[in-house]
Amino acid sequence: MKKLLFTSILVAASILTAQTIKGSDTVLPLSQQEAETFMKVNKNARVTVTGGGSGVGLSALIEGTTDIAQSSRKIKFDEKKKLEEKGAKVKEIIIAFDALAVVVNPKNKVSNLTREQLEGIFTGKITNWKEVGGEDLKIVAYSRETSSGTYEFFKEEVLKKKDYMPGIMSMPATGAIVQSIGQTPGAIGYIGLAYLDAKVKAIHVSYDNGKTFVEPSVKTAKDETYPIVRPLIYYYVDKSEATVKPFIDYVLSAAGQKIVSDIGFITK
Amino acid sequence: MRWWIEKIVEKIFAASGMITTVVILLIVIFLFKEGFGLFNSPVVEKGYALCVNAVNPVEHIGSTTIKKIYNSGIENWSEIGGFNEKIVPFRFDDIFGHYKEEEFGENYEKLPEKLGEVIAQTPGILAFIPEEYLPKGVEGVKILDGNTVRPEDFFLGQEWIPTSTPAPQFGVLPLILGTLWVSLIAILIATPLGMGVAIYLSELAQSRVRDILKPTVELLAGIPSVVYGFFGLVVLVPMVQKTFSLSVGETAFTGSVILAIMALPTIITVAEDAMRSTPRAMREASLALGATHWQTIYKVVIPYAISGISAAVVLGIGRAIGETMVALMVTGNAAIIPKTLFTPVRTIPATIAAELGEAPHGGVHYQALFVLGCVLFLITLVISISAELISKRQHNKGL
Repeated sequence: MKKLLFTSILVAASILTAQTIKGSDTVLPLSQQEAETFMKVNKNARVTVTGGGSGVGLSALIEGTTDIAQSSRKIKFDEKKKLEEKGAKVKEIIIAFDALAVVVNPKNKVSNLTREQLEGIFTGKITNWKEVGGEDLKIVAYSRETSSGTYEFFKEEVLKKKDYMPGIMSMPATGAIVQSIGQTPGAIGYIGLAYLDAKVKAIHVSYDNGKTFVEPSVKTAKDETYPIVRPLIYYYVDKSEATVKPFIDYVLSAAGQKIVSDIGFITK
Repeated sequence: MRWWIEKIVEKIFAASGMITTVVILLIVIFLFKEGFGLFNSPVVEKGYALCVNAVNPVEHIGSTTIKKIYNSGIENWSEIGGFNEKIVPFRFDDIFGHYKEEEFGENYEKLPEKLGEVIAQTPGILAFIPEEYLPKGVEGVKILDGNTVRPEDFFLGQEWIPTSTPAPQFGVLPLILGTLWVSLIAILIATPLGMGVAIYLSELAQSRVRDILKPTVELLAGIPSVVYGFFGLVVLVPMVQKTFSLSVGETAFTGSVILAIMALPTIITVAEDAMRSTPRAMREASLALGATHWQTIYKVVIPYAISGISAAVVLGIGRAIGETMVALMVTGNAAIIPKTLFTPVRTIPATIAAELGEAPHGGVHYQALFVLGCVLFLITLVISISAELISKRQHNKGL
């Protein structure tokens, strides 16, 4: 009997410190790693991490089915409004940054592109590499699927909210984009900096009409010379602050930020 | 004692049959119910409206026109029957660039007023703003009537851009044609191959060979489709690209080859069963009349089993049409109407799988995906019914 009571108290205690994180697939590996080490340090804490996309996480936060929404984009005005209607004030913590690299096949001679050229390529106005100083080769543009936060961020930041061309190749995962670009000579696409490897070549990007071209790297992203950088954010409502605070503090601590750079993101 | 156990078991079986039927019907009803709302939805995002300056004579703007305006495809109002003034597309978020956050008041109560100000000052503006912040009654602002999504735009539209704001484009023609195209090519590849294997297995192979070959073929059916997809992406895509020297390897053809391999076990198994069910008396009669083994196969066995073979092919088509993962991984998912074998295509199942996760529940995009589901359901329903009809014919024939 005593033992039963003891275990039930233990279970209750662990439920008290249990929390869920839901949202962006980009942030998913980071949150998982953070949660694992956090649970090793704090034996009775329980952190469950699931993906699904930034929008999925934020709507779960509005429904109240998650404690933290992990997101690779800023909260939308509508989402904020819905949370306020429920009487909750949303808190925003930037935990890391992610740079997006525009990549091409290593055999491609083009290595500098301006934002305007990128917009032209992804909206379908520029269709041949010779128009941007390369050889006479058809451009094959790859994109992520619409459910990805990366897709939306790239559309907002680089295409200035214009639509991708209808004939764009869309891939279900970043790994598939790397694979396809590596084997297609005329290919171009965008991936998180962490996915950059020898199979693809990163384009130097210019946001000032071709005056300076900057290579994507952790260093250029950190000193803000590389333009295509987005914050990775945790959202929570002020009511659950006490529950989520220890975990967020851990993520922002030196140990937590070390995991950020180990995974390939940029520390705060 | 025993009779009531039997009764109970009978009742349980009856109940499980009933429950299954009801569940399937409920799923179908749910599918159509969720999708049906699409054609009552406005062409711009729900809860939003379009406003223009009061001096603007334009009253209605169609969905494709809105899309072109926001993508700088149309730049002057005179192009769509208005006055000669440059169009200034304006999104709700742009307001935060015009004024400081505190100017909107504590709970954004001054937001409509500020929006009204901007619209009244810009004669060529086309503003896309939430209904709750509409500057109603403000001098110089005209709110446009919203249209609803039209069935002809949906079924005959050629552009599928569900994320386009303010007017998402739901033209499913490229998706339907893409699905049918990939499946058609797949079945053209799989049928002769499958028939060959089926004839070999049922008529020519020795029983020892058959004992090895048949389980191997059936094993093909057990491989998860994501494994096929991965194989396709890593091995077949570069191969297709090099062999035909294409600019891109993710094409309808690549998808068809993998889908053909996946449809093979179904075709082989069903066709072989049909051929083996040819009565021994018929074969022996044929041989007794002096026909060779070969002549017996194509004059007696195949005609006898033809309805079974057709059913096998139709079932194979059904398998190919509904396949999701392979299509998602190797066909390139580009929503364009396929003109050749080697263009990338986007299929209906791949679209649903890739997009449903982020589509807001109950929104236009969500409903559009459900209508796509209905379309796919109807296609496979037609296929299943024809398979049923074809295989029924067999029972009326024979000796």
